Amino acid sequence: MEAFHTHSGIAAPLSRANIDTDAIIPKQFLKRIERSGFGQFLFYEWRFAQDGTPIVDFILNTAPYDKASILVAGPNFGCGSSREHAPWALLDFGFKAIIAPSFADIFYNNCFKNGIVPIVLPDDQVQTLLELTAAKKGTVLTVDLEQQQVVLPDNTTFSFEVDNYRKMLLMNGLDDIGLSLQHEDRITAYEKNALFARPIA
Amino acid sequence: MSQPKTLIDKIWDAHVVREQVGEPSLLYIDLHLVHEVTSPQAFEGLRLSQRSVRRPDLTFATVDHNVPTTDRSKPIEDPISRQQIDTLRNNCQMFGIHLADITSDDQGIVHVIGPELGLTLPGKTIVCGDSHTSTHGAFGALAFGIGTSEVEHVLATQCLQQQRPQTMQVVVRGQLAPGIRAKDLILGIIAKYGTAFGTGYVVEYRGEAIAALSMEERMTICNMSIEAGAKAGLIAPDETTFAYLRGRKYAPQGELFDEAVSLWKTLKTDEDAMFDQTIEFDASTLVPQVTWGTSPGMGANVTDKVPHPSDFADPVVKRSVQLALEYMGLQPGTPITDIAIDRVFIGSCTNGRIEDLRSAADVVKGKKVSERVSAMVVPGSYEVKKQAEREGLHQVFLDAGFEWREPGCSMCLAMNPDVLAPGERCASTSNRNFEGRQGRDGRTHLVSPAMAAAAAIAGHFVDIRTFS
Ligand code: SF4
Repeated sequence: MEAFHTHSGIAAPLSRANIDTDAIIPKQFLKRIERSGFGQFLFYEWRFAQDGTPIVDFILNTAPYDKASILVAGPNFGCGSSREHAPWALLDFGFKAIIAPSFADIFYNNCFKNGIVPIVLPDDQVQTLLELTAAKKGTVLTVDLEQQQVVLPDNTTFSFEVDNYRKMLLMNGLDDIGLSLQHEDRITAYEKNALFARPIA
Repeated sequence: MSQPKTLIDKIWDAHVVREQVGEPSLLYIDLHLVHEVTSPQAFEGLRLSQRSVRRPDLTFATVDHNVPTTDRSKPIEDPISRQQIDTLRNNCQMFGIHLADITSDDQGIVHVIGPELGLTLPGKTIVCGDSHTSTHGAFGALAFGIGTSEVEHVLATQCLQQQRPQTMQVVVRGQLAPGIRAKDLILGIIAKYGTAFGTGYVVEYRGEAIAALSMEERMTICNMSIEAGAKAGLIAPDETTFAYLRGRKYAPQGELFDEAVSLWKTLKTDEDAMFDQTIEFDASTLVPQVTWGTSPGMGANVTDKVPHPSDFADPVVKRSVQLALEYMGLQPGTPITDIAIDRVFIGSCTNGRIEDLRSAADVVKGKKVSERVSAMVVPGSYEVKKQAEREGLHQVFLDAGFEWREPGCSMCLAMNPDVLAPGERCASTSNRNFEGRQGRDGRTHLVSPAMAAAAAIAGHFVDIRTFS
């Protein structure tokens, strides 16, 4: 995983609540067995008509938003299916950070595993960003993970919370499986007295 | 005396391998269920980093999402589905994992077969790369869905790094009226409290209405916890739970079972234990539920009308309602019972169990599916299918004009050939009515199996309480 410190990029507004992972990446694209190449299918049914032609007024199809790397969206972003194909598709499209008033748990978690920063901001600040990025095409925002801030073009800053441990993993691009395996002796000791585990014989 | 604890905390504490201030806990996982869609990249990750599966004996795989529900003796037509299923087969072989393959008697939707086979047991931590893993909480297990990176983590370590969740109790008072089912209850709770009330919480369902539910109904409730945003939903095990589990294939047998029961009896929330949050719901006034929108929280009583965007004050909600009604092709103010349907789907991990099929069969017995409707029943597993056939339920459905299919996820997410055509409207017993969930531009209304069955006969939604 790539380490994340700060990122500046074009922000795209997607002013909807409850954007679910079925919308982010429809199921017909879940059959691939790789992690890469999902970006072309991102928001497929919003981006493309039945016959595969791009829907011109969908925001991510219009320049300069097609180069966006920060997404601003409504509450409960990423609800629904646990598919990690959703962050894979967002990442593959070029998104590095997603800003919303709230996220669904599994999606939130999946973002960190893939080097995307999910940022929770209060409703009014998200509203400001939605309006700003819609009104002024190509608005560049900066996400500073170290300082836990979103920086607007006029240098206004919005602070966000992020769990310290997850921040540390992201900033160092660390593999958490490797970290867990450092405690293998503890796992083995636990297994000796595990109360509820039952081998499937 | 020790602090009184919630059931959630008891299970949590019994599984902590390591705790360190400022870090998530390392939590031991007792059962890891695997299916074809969310696992290929995890196994690939293991291979790339030259890691092995730590406990293949705590891992169980099946194929469900992609499998066709028609004749299984023919090869799968869709080459990519076939490749995904072959990939799981190869991975299971390579890493020594038991697979209930497409022709196995044990095959079925992962959340149907886990309980049925006695793999799902009280007190266990259970994960699967699938959000509806919350289903298994019905047995007093801590069960939650994970992403593919975490699937890889569990394969490699049999653990997960997890923050202790907040706890919530949903207290359901009163009793459900006749004809009102668990599906109505969970849809009613989500319609009232929204699709995010559970976010950040593990939810314990309690109260007399919950205690009275069968295991099948408890699974329906816990299954849809994720539709309320909850990390997991669970129900304390009791005699109903133990009776269901006795004699199941992988459950402890004989004396070992009785020993297990004494352990399981300790799995309840202590009196005076504190939850971080409590919500209450009155079951006694509940009426059958039908969703009208594109989020499971957009639900109404069958006796209501489709709402108007202007009924909602919050501008974000207003806009969502507007978009949902456009997508669903519905006029505000239309009585729910005037909504005509084209398709009926009875199945899924929410409502594809034997009791669900019995309740639907009760409704259709001796009747005919409306001419405008095409209807199908997809049992949740082979075991459900065989049991239904022993009881003659398949004949009831076939006589009425339903299709009777092979088990799998089918039109719950339409990854296999069972798909809605654009504009088609479906009464579905599944769990998600998202845009495109059952097929591009398909329109899904979530209902109970009895309500779906009645709609199939009538050609539109009807109130099951007065349907004859
Ligand atoms: S039946 Fe539907 S919700 Fe359940 S596991 Fe299959 S696709 Fe997921």
